[in-house]
Amino acid sequence: MSAPLDVPGSATEATPEAVAQLSSAKAIQGRSLGQIAWMRLKRDKVAIAGGIVIVLLILIALFAPLIVSWFGHPPNEFHKDQLDPFTLPIGGTGISSEFLFGVEPGNGRDIFSRVLYGSRISLLIAFFATVLSVIIGTVMGVIAGYFGGWVDTVISRIMDVFLAFPLLVFAIALVGVLGQFEQELKIQGDTLRIGLLIFVIGFFSWPYIARIIRGQTLSLREREFVDAARSLGARGPYILFREILPNLIAPILIYATLLIPTNVLFEAALSFLGVGVQAPTATWGGMLADAVRRYNMWHFMFFPGMAIFITVLAFNLFGDGLRDALDPKSSR
Amino acid sequence: MRRSQVALAAAGTTLALALAACGGGSTGTESSPGATGSPGGASQPAAAAEDKFNAGIDNVFNPSDAKGGTLKMAVSEDWDSIDPGDTYYGMSWNLSRIYARPLVTYKPAPGKQGQELVPDLAEALGVPSDDAKTWTYKLRAGLKFEDGTPITSKDVKYAVLRSLDKTVLVNGPTYFNDFLDLPKDFKSVYKTPDVKTDQAIETPDDQTIIFHLKKAFGGFDYFAALPATAPVPQAKDTGAKYREHPIASGPYMFETVEAGKQYVLVRNPNWDQATDPIRKALPDRYEISLGVNADDLDNRLISGDLHVDVAGTGLQPAALGRVAGDEALKARTDNPTATRTWYTSIIPDVPPFDNVECRKAVLFAADRDALQNAYGGAIGGEIATSLMPPGLAGWKKIELYPTSGSGDVEKAKAALAACGKPEGFETNISYRADRPKEKATAEAIQQALAKVGIKVNPKGYPTGDYFRLYAGKPDFVKKNGIGLAVNGWGADWNTGFGFMSQIVDSRTIRESGGNYNLSIKDKEIDGLIDQSLGETDANKVAEYWAKIDQIVMERAYVLPGVYSKGLPMRGKGVTNVFVSGAWDMYDYLNMGVQQ
Repeated sequence: MSAPLDVPGSATEATPEAVAQLSSAKAIQGRSLGQIAWMRLKRDKVAIAGGIVIVLLILIALFAPLIVSWFGHPPNEFHKDQLDPFTLPIGGTGISSEFLFGVEPGNGRDIFSRVLYGSRISLLIAFFATVLSVIIGTVMGVIAGYFGGWVDTVISRIMDVFLAFPLLVFAIALVGVLGQFEQELKIQGDTLRIGLLIFVIGFFSWPYIARIIRGQTLSLREREFVDAARSLGARGPYILFREILPNLIAPILIYATLLIPTNVLFEAALSFLGVGVQAPTATWGGMLADAVRRYNMWHFMFFPGMAIFITVLAFNLFGDGLRDALDPKSSR
Repeated sequence: MRRSQVALAAAGTTLALALAACGGGSTGTESSPGATGSPGGASQPAAAAEDKFNAGIDNVFNPSDAKGGTLKMAVSEDWDSIDPGDTYYGMSWNLSRIYARPLVTYKPAPGKQGQELVPDLAEALGVPSDDAKTWTYKLRAGLKFEDGTPITSKDVKYAVLRSLDKTVLVNGPTYFNDFLDLPKDFKSVYKTPDVKTDQAIETPDDQTIIFHLKKAFGGFDYFAALPATAPVPQAKDTGAKYREHPIASGPYMFETVEAGKQYVLVRNPNWDQATDPIRKALPDRYEISLGVNADDLDNRLISGDLHVDVAGTGLQPAALGRVAGDEALKARTDNPTATRTWYTSIIPDVPPFDNVECRKAVLFAADRDALQNAYGGAIGGEIATSLMPPGLAGWKKIELYPTSGSGDVEKAKAALAACGKPEGFETNISYRADRPKEKATAEAIQQALAKVGIKVNPKGYPTGDYFRLYAGKPDFVKKNGIGLAVNGWGADWNTGFGFMSQIVDSRTIRESGGNYNLSIKDKEIDGLIDQSLGETDANKVAEYWAKIDQIVMERAYVLPGVYSKGLPMRGKGVTNVFVSGAWDMYDYLNMGVQQ
């Protein structure tokens, strides 16, 4: 007897509360979306942990010279005194209070400093390459999705071409070829290489974002609020920037966060293959490439490897959490 | 001149130290030390069979005359060709003698004795006449190819002539092209087979062969020791395809040739010991695997699964790490010095290096220890004091610049001031991007020169085209301001000419690229080279090359890095292991294997 009565009872009680919550949410519109997302994100411990690591990584990258001046040595400085006659680190790794992560065989450079300095290159390139691909991807995606017709066909085919490209091979060739044109381009060394890598990585990963944006735009432009705006006389640019783009911020944010770790890996891969930023500038991929020849010297490979692993994991976890928070309907 | 390429290719991604191969014996003591083990009949100082560091350097390690067994060899890099007329790899020149007999060859003996030339197909060394412009050899009697046909002087003549065609047989050296007095209308044995070539090579009878040179050359026996003088029967020559089955004149012949995978050699029934005083022909079979992962190769060598690393350049860094901490493993290794110098060219075409003082500043400022460490420390190379390596006759230690330590900042600054650049300057250094040791060299130079205000930007270029398109192309070098170029050179044979002729003579520099001489354009040196060619007294020739070496250092054309050394390991159970002074790696002629 009591059970049937209780259940509807609680259900009826719940309804008004939910309605009230909804209506109150509507009352403070604009801000609420972000607030709700932030609440959801806060509850996601894993994502928050990822976020904290990301903040730490950025701080480390920014203040690398300062940290290294306290706990390390200049990243390109040789330390012959740390090597035995075989030019291997004394004691196998050379790890000491002076050299926290040990030293490189052959020249005795401080691995701790090099890993820290490597983070600057990795994050810088990954971040700006992502910005580049997000900008291109969003513009192309919105144009394709909004205008449809032959514009859509052309852009979609271009995206297909880019996606079908043997990207790594092409990137190697392009960086290799353009890297020889220092005289013509009037930029030298690291600046040139970093710029090139940002361009190559960014320019070739935009279709991933563009596809998603195109799909979203396609569905958004058929929605009632767009129809309403159009019937009120709104024109293309207004609808694009005021009606559609704000609704795309969530997917853009999510995929940008998820694209960063991909780009970190891509940069590492290019450096590993020797077409990244050139020696002696420290990069994680470059350090791994050196370490492979010394595979039995664990510390040489472990620290740059861990740096890549932690960075990629942190961005991925945070990106996943962000997606869940911004778009709870998306299935995991 | 690319015996260098042996190490080249190998050094590519992984390797590097230097040159010297592997093989080696170890555990066995069955053959009593002092038994007639020594090859070539030379009496050897107490030949060792106990594992000891450097046991294969000046002695025959584990000497034996026991026949039988399979000698397992492997190589990680690509092999240019097993066609004796088409190969420029040191390992190939060394190994090819088990199946292809040249007119003369190097005595199979350890150390310096191994640099001595002995007749092989020929009865005696060449007899010069006409002021060393004509050279005559007489073949031994009773020589036969693997199919039983007799070997005549015409087969030797044909072999040399075919090797001249660099469009078909692209790999070998060009000494014969440069020196033989060939008729103008002769293009190649394939394109102009009917042209009479007697003015270059004469074969008055089946046993006699006479070479006519267009300029005198006292060291022609070294040419006769090139694998290209091994006889090739014209009827069996298939041009570029001959490498699929070279016809054997030595004690072994090919059973299987799988390019890039494996070669198997078995006994040649038509080889007669009576015609061959230098070969022992011990194993029944040779199995050579190609394309083996370099680290895997080392591990198999250590475990005894393999006998010889054919490349002869020594262990990889990873295995070096193992050997460094293990006395038992270290006892199985040798540490020979090769006639190869790793150096950095200082290019006068690129300002401010047109001023000798600026070049000297580099030599004073360089950190010699760091340059040595780049090649693996003392086991990877001896700090070089000049371009010419110490294994060559006439070599002198040249102490114009610091020969150890971290460089002399004071003198470097003084040189910079004399050059009119007291604040230093900026330049670029090129290196082969996939060679870790060259990268390390560039980094070491950058660090050291920064101390005196010279800013150096390292630039890596692809190994394959390094000389053709980048550092070896004068246009590119000038346009890109490459003032320093890391490179290295190994001797084709161990004389001043064999080492220096391609890298100090300004007349070898071609604007189209492909130069190995990157920085030495000096009329005085060119003149000395010409004088040395006409000289037949070996001691006087050596003095000329020593003089050239001295000038190269006085005028600071190169920053020498190290005289290359390697740490090859003797395989388990291999007999007659020794480092030959001719190859600076284990001599493959008389190796055997314990049963």
